[in-house]
Amino acid sequence: MSAFGESLTTAARLIADADAALLHIVGLSLAVSASACLLAAGFGLAGGAALAAARFPGQRALVLLLNTLLALPSVVVGLVVYLLLSRSGPLGSLGILFTPSAMVVAQTILVLPVVAALTRQLVADGLRGSGEQLRSMGAGTGLRALLMLVHERWSVLTVLLTAFGRAIAEVGAVMVVGGNIDGVTRVMTTTIALETSKGDLPLALALGLLLLGVVALVNLGIAGVQRWRGALALGNTP
Amino acid sequence: MTASSPLAMLAPPLIRLERASVSFGAVRALLPTTLAVQPGERIALLGHNGSGKTTLLRVLHGLQRCDSGARHAVAPLRQAMVFQRPFVLRLSVAANMRLALWLAGVAKDEREPRMLAALERVGLRELRARPARALSLGQQQRLALARAWAVRPEVLFLDEPTASLDPGAKREVEALVAEFADEGMTLVMSTHNLGQAKRLARRVIYLEAGRIVADRPTLEFFDLPLPDEAAHFLKGDLPWH
Repeated sequence: MSAFGESLTTAARLIADADAALLHIVGLSLAVSASACLLAAGFGLAGGAALAAARFPGQRALVLLLNTLLALPSVVVGLVVYLLLSRSGPLGSLGILFTPSAMVVAQTILVLPVVAALTRQLVADGLRGSGEQLRSMGAGTGLRALLMLVHERWSVLTVLLTAFGRAIAEVGAVMVVGGNIDGVTRVMTTTIALETSKGDLPLALALGLLLLGVVALVNLGIAGVQRWRGALALGNTP
Repeated sequence: MTASSPLAMLAPPLIRLERASVSFGAVRALLPTTLAVQPGERIALLGHNGSGKTTLLRVLHGLQRCDSGARHAVAPLRQAMVFQRPFVLRLSVAANMRLALWLAGVAKDEREPRMLAALERVGLRELRARPARALSLGQQQRLALARAWAVRPEVLFLDEPTASLDPGAKREVEALVAEFADEGMTLVMSTHNLGQAKRLARRVIYLEAGRIVADRPTLEFFDLPLPDEAAHFLKGDLPWH
């Protein structure tokens, strides 16, 4: 059997067996990445929308910096967070290195530019066509940005899905700050890296397929909600 | 009191421009312009594309700052603007109305009756739970008019409000604007539609290259000899000839 065929069989077996260790790994991956996305959403949506609506000196430079940070290497983020959280680092007293909390911090930093940059573009494009009309109705700068986030809420959801995809698929940052400790900080990507290094390529590939499956399920769930909301809205009667 | 009455002309203007000018980079969109808008006036701004109609409208509204000169308006001045392509949020028709009323500072207990009255007025009351984006363009423009009317503006600005609409929707919107004007609302509208200017306006201002070329009562504008530029526009001549 080819490596791909063997991987598919292994993936099917892993799902069928519902192994407790695997479920923990999947659960931790989802929890860490979802938490990071929520935190990044809090800062990134507000920051990105404000950057799109406001006008201030140095704005272009800030946008350039933000767009550059889209290419932030995850290992670099991991190293920076490691240095911050290590015992001798400025945040060492928190004692969260090699815990899921450290992984959340690292992934938040990693996806924050994604959320902020894409939101900024989304809101800026929206305001180009509607900003003046909202202004004529009396909406100030902050309110216009907020209204545009509401108006583009489904696109905002896509931004958050993109950020979630980036977070759950990265391995460098969580490996460095989490340490890939079995049962504590081991997530899907670090498990894939471990199995690859051990030479168990079919299992590594199977875990990769499982990771894609989990992300697909999340996407399907959100798409379902979108369709349901759309149908509900169109079916409304006064 | 209507605009044509002597009392209206004696009243202090709602908005006054004094040598107001606007440039966008090297383009001079509005040359120094002095103009007054009296209560109850019905003004049509005519001119080719790029003649400065929309810029003048935006300056009068206060959306566009003058590079030089000044805009004076009575305070507080309730004003609203309807754009060529109405922007409605991806919310229900009712939510769009409530938002406009909230932004205009209308008291909470007044918003619901005003919203219902305005939607009734434009024939959209039965569609108030619909997503505003699901409405036709004509219905969206009627929603924009309802949104503007609901805040009881003293001045309503309209920027080519029927330019994107089919003939049926055009008639509906024009009829509503005429009703608003008949109630005494001050109107300032830009349009390319000469018939519409004749039907709705009592005063016509013709602009060319950011400059007011003619400013006359409607009947005089259409019946008496005009400066060459305006006369060519009325005849439909190509502007570069």
